[in-house]
Amino acid sequence: MSRYTPPEQSKAGQIFDIAVVVVAIFVALWLPLKLGLAGAAKSIDALDAKTWEALGQNPTMASIWEKLGYTPETAHDIIQNRFHYIIDWPTLIIMAAVLIGYFVFLFRASDREYRDVINEKFDDK
Amino acid sequence: MTAVESTTQGERVSLLRVLGPAHVWALGVGIVLVGEFTGWNFSADKGGALAALIVCWVVGLLYTSVAMIDSEVTSTVAAAGGQYAQAKHIVGPLMAFNVALFLVFAYTMLEVSDAILLGDTIVAKAGVEGLTHNPFIAATIVTLAWLNYRGVLMTLNVNFVITAIAYVSIVILFFSVSPWTQGAVLKLNELVTPGNALPYGWIGVIAAFQFGIWYYLGIEGTTQAAEEVRSPARSLPYGTMAGMITLLIAAAMTWYVCASLMPWEYLGITYYPLWDAGKLTGSPLLENLLFVATLLAALASANGCINDAARAWFSLGRDRYLPSWFSAVHPKYRTPYRSILFLLPIALAFAFIADLNQAITFSILSGVLQYTFMSINIMMFRKKWPLGTIRRGYTHPFHPIPAIVLFCLCVVTFFAIFLGYGSQLIAMVAFYFLISLWFHFYRYRYVRRGDQFTMPWPKPQGY
Repeated sequence: MSRYTPPEQSKAGQIFDIAVVVVAIFVALWLPLKLGLAGAAKSIDALDAKTWEALGQNPTMASIWEKLGYTPETAHDIIQNRFHYIIDWPTLIIMAAVLIGYFVFLFRASDREYRDVINEKFDDK
Repeated sequence: MTAVESTTQGERVSLLRVLGPAHVWALGVGIVLVGEFTGWNFSADKGGALAALIVCWVVGLLYTSVAMIDSEVTSTVAAAGGQYAQAKHIVGPLMAFNVALFLVFAYTMLEVSDAILLGDTIVAKAGVEGLTHNPFIAATIVTLAWLNYRGVLMTLNVNFVITAIAYVSIVILFFSVSPWTQGAVLKLNELVTPGNALPYGWIGVIAAFQFGIWYYLGIEGTTQAAEEVRSPARSLPYGTMAGMITLLIAAAMTWYVCASLMPWEYLGITYYPLWDAGKLTGSPLLENLLFVATLLAALASANGCINDAARAWFSLGRDRYLPSWFSAVHPKYRTPYRSILFLLPIALAFAFIADLNQAITFSILSGVLQYTFMSINIMMFRKKWPLGTIRRGYTHPFHPIPAIVLFCLCVVTFFAIFLGYGSQLIAMVAFYFLISLWFHFYRYRYVRRGDQFTMPWPKPQGY
């Protein structure tokens, strides 16, 4: 197999590639934050009666909340802020498809590249 | 001195082989120990206090598998970049490119989380109106980047000392609260009751896997220093396994003390569970000790993360997966200084715009993608080079059980992330997918093919 000689990349090309990577990083990490897609999907189950009993706290728990500086009113939004684990099947299927598709592409494309590497490495000997 | 060299202004400069097993332990535990000081407790938020304990042990099993697999592959592929170098030799260039990005994001976002924790802890302690965490975050990240710029030996010596102090503080807290007696200080029976132990049922336990990862995330970072370790085949498995045992003990002690001192609803949302535990004992000495230890753990972790992320980025430049400008080694300090400097503003930017659990989730996502790769990678490694065909520094037992366990636990963890953080997961994977297309169809043209395979191994079976 003939040895592959990569083209020399110009300085401008290198700077452009660095810029592409930086933009991609910021889009991937910053955009979910900006669009509100990051963070926990929780909501508050509000109670009318804001007492330690209504909040499901026994006397030991209540004494610790108070030691931490909370009252039933200020602790309400912490205690009642809950996850609601309802499986959204379309989203789950999309997530599974994206993940599986990603890994299948990774392994298949990597294998094609790997064969070139092995051929060049070992056919040279 | 080493197989790795980088050419800078005509002079060949290489990374220095100066590290021993204690440094490997310090690098691994130093990165991870902050997980006991913050982050693991968000698993109580997702599933309750008992769920946090269950995932502590089950995820411990996941990481034991990671440590076993990693020790075998790394003791054989001892090259800077750790899992990146493994992927390059075993799976292929595109996988290696992705693995390096997993490493960079996992460590950079962990560094961001550490800096946020440090800043918030200082602000909470100061209690001064109008004081924000931003100056503390900036000072932390810039100072540690400078330390890493100056040299790996000094960096990891500092890590060894501050990690040891932070670890000892957990042991002191544990024995100070009479762990063998309930009712005096600890009140586990009254705080974790049959009615609230699993508030969401078993689906909450699965959901808690996401932050259960935080007990140990980063232990695999020991492999990043492979080219700077004097005896990789001995030091890397020894340091990694010792680190894992250390962390399992610390995680169990941390859960027991924290779950016995505060209600799960509070435990699940606090940024500093161990510092809070120190406060709730009523001892000013313990409170101050845990305050200082929280800062030290955050510093040690951020320090190790800068070290690891920079080496993964450096490796990408050295192989021309990214512009080779990044592959320069400092002529005096022998560190990958351009990679350290490049990642510095990225860490700063995200420390200012993300909050703690968002940054932690970014880091966890990249970590779990990497562990999924590792479970498949070890299978391919054993298939392409069966035992006896190449010299291995360490051979892990019970293959393929650890790989299968690791893969299954990764699938469960993806589902756990979906439960509450699904949109963030899809956005991150979409990014990795798009950047992979960019690499495969464009960037790879600049990469030399045969030169990527540097190990003195025979041709892999099946090729």
